[in-house]
Amino acid sequence: MSAIVDRPRRIVGFVDTLLLVAFLILVWQILYEFAGEVALSPPIATIRYAIELLGSADFWPNVYMTFRAFGVALIIAMVGGLTLGLVLGLNRLLGEAYEPVLVAFYTVPKVAFYPVILLFFGIGMAAEVVFGVIHGIVPVVIFTMNAVATIKPVLLKMARTLGLSYWQLMTTVVMPAALPEIFTGLRVGFSLTLIGTLLSEMFGSRAGLGYMLMQAIGLNSVTLIMSLTLLIVVFAVLANALFLVIDKRLHRRG
Amino acid sequence: MRPALLLRLATVLGFVVLLEILCRLGVIPNFTMIPPTTMALGLYRLLISGALLPDLETTLSGVAIAVTAAILIGFLAGALLHAVPRLRRALDPFFASYYAVPVWAFYPLFIVLFGLNDIPKVIIGFLYAVVAMIVNTLNGLDRVPPVLRKMARTHQMGRGATVLFIILPSAAPHIFTGVKLAIAYAFIGVVGSEFILASAGIGYQISFAYNNFDNVILYSLILFIILFVSTVNLFLYSWERSILQRRGGR
Amino acid sequence: MEEPRTPQVVLRNVTRIYERGAAGPVHALGPLDLDLPKGEFFSVVGPSGCGKSTLLEVIAGLAEASDGTVSFEGKAIAGQVPEGVGVVFQEDSTLAWLTVWDNIAFGLRRRGAMPGEIKRRVDDVVRLMGLGDFARAYPAQLSGGMRQRVCIARTLVLEPRLILLDEPFGALDQQTRLLMGDEVLKLWRETGATVFLITHALDEAAMLSDRVGVMSARPGRFLEIVETGWPRERDSRIAAHEDFGRLTSHLWSLLRDESLKALGYRTAAA
Repeated sequence: MSAIVDRPRRIVGFVDTLLLVAFLILVWQILYEFAGEVALSPPIATIRYAIELLGSADFWPNVYMTFRAFGVALIIAMVGGLTLGLVLGLNRLLGEAYEPVLVAFYTVPKVAFYPVILLFFGIGMAAEVVFGVIHGIVPVVIFTMNAVATIKPVLLKMARTLGLSYWQLMTTVVMPAALPEIFTGLRVGFSLTLIGTLLSEMFGSRAGLGYMLMQAIGLNSVTLIMSLTLLIVVFAVLANALFLVIDKRLHRRG
Repeated sequence: MRPALLLRLATVLGFVVLLEILCRLGVIPNFTMIPPTTMALGLYRLLISGALLPDLETTLSGVAIAVTAAILIGFLAGALLHAVPRLRRALDPFFASYYAVPVWAFYPLFIVLFGLNDIPKVIIGFLYAVVAMIVNTLNGLDRVPPVLRKMARTHQMGRGATVLFIILPSAAPHIFTGVKLAIAYAFIGVVGSEFILASAGIGYQISFAYNNFDNVILYSLILFIILFVSTVNLFLYSWERSILQRRGGR
Repeated sequence: MEEPRTPQVVLRNVTRIYERGAAGPVHALGPLDLDLPKGEFFSVVGPSGCGKSTLLEVIAGLAEASDGTVSFEGKAIAGQVPEGVGVVFQEDSTLAWLTVWDNIAFGLRRRGAMPGEIKRRVDDVVRLMGLGDFARAYPAQLSGGMRQRVCIARTLVLEPRLILLDEPFGALDQQTRLLMGDEVLKLWRETGATVFLITHALDEAAMLSDRVGVMSARPGRFLEIVETGWPRERDSRIAAHEDFGRLTSHLWSLLRDESLKALGYRTAAA
């Protein structure tokens, strides 16, 4: 019943967001008028260049390089993060002991670790993957930990009265109950892994989107910088929006 | 001593000791990593000599400006958005996707716009921190129990008094979380920017040391950052705990 | 005692309609009439969702009646809580960041009373309610019942002439509720205020009140207002009185059908 009433509200919300995007593009255009060609490239020119990029021959190999590293990093971050989060969330002592360590790790600028990673792994995909993982794994662990730790105790008691085995408990009670929160962690982890991979390419690689960006900076090719940034941002936002839709649906069903 | 604390200390200490042994034995070669004790010594010498001071000053002053701006503007923006639900709903997807955007991709743009000085990195630090502050301010304002607002009306409290004496104290824990995150993010933003493309600051010195194969300075600086961040965190978290303990987490 | 003939609280033809329900406007309350003489102890019972809390909020000035008039001490209530009215809510409304003493002093401080007077009046109420040992504690350290007592104390210190209580003991166990009921009676006698209590417990309404208003299912209207006839000096032991059982079963017989309706059953009448 409430979904029917929600629909006009959601349409208004959608239109509002479109209006916001239009507003941002307008601000962009005004900034361009103000700052000139040396600093920015205007919206239309940027979009046109971006489309050209999508059609160009040397764009896609770079995309492949980035996504290869990103994909591996993502899998490790998610699986590793989930496992670690479950362990720390289910075991009171471990969770209490290591949560401050996690928080400290999260707040340290990861770029500080970057030279260390390069020294250990050398330039190449391994370093990129590690960098992506250290960025993305932390939110997954933290959200998973939190999700598991805040499961209503009555659910666990109820499961015990049903005589469930530990495995059944995990798969039929713990995971579904914790899923909405865990999924938010995965969503944030996705974005941060992407950023980590791109960052690592910016100064530790000879291929990939990050590398392309760094080259564009070196050549001071403003239009290229902005088009690449636009493409990356559009991808990140769309992927995140997709996650968000699922995230909201999970949270609504509780 | 609480078991959790003991475990934590033991793990960290054990890790450091392990590194020390592996480095000294040459399992980890010196051109990859130096032993922790050498790092500590190097850091000590660096601090004593005062060579770190100018960079420390430029980094910390940048962080301070970014944090102050993020807290003030973030709080005001959060309060404003809370009062205008339609605007807030329009911006919601924007905030949710915000940290997916590689803000550093705009860094070269800022350099072109503002020059190769301190401004771009402060802006990046600000941009990183401000949304965390906004989101947490909104969260805190959302969670003021409606019964408290009703109670304020039974005491004939006007809007100003309600905000000052009911809403702000009630939302304070979440706002403090926003402040903590703002500090963390501003620091990440500033140091990260210094690393990528700057000519001064701790981040820059790390990059410089790496490019010049100076492992001693490199690791001393990294150790410094870890210790600095841990200390600030410790301070913030214990302060928060002392405040929250009386409130019982409400 | 010379009491004015006009009742302290007068409701005429009061209705409340919510515009924003999922299926259109919701007729939550009324039309109903009510006269509360000064110093009376009046309880309201009714099935869930019948509008008891809405009624309380309308009397308090927290909600506006869609139709009809509400007046307190001869003056119409206009969207603001009048001075002289105190409210104790169902949910815990203690301020977590203040001590018990500061919680109780809160209302006085907002009124700008002098520190000397604040101290005197708060200390008096603390003594009256036996909260002395807890004055420096924080609400988080207290039980639910204690916190509600703090809320009552905070209201009392302002010397209200009308006290509205919305199921204040709903979350407490039976024994505690009986003791709290005795305490409210004691405070009622000492302050001479009018008390308007909403409760879901029929026995509580029957033993505490001068009159009990029985509300129908939504939209809430008074099915009957029952006089108890109890003497002013009473406490929970009135339950032993021979009329108590008759009273309570009468309330239930009025309510049974209404409660079935609220639960979704069709009744013989419907």
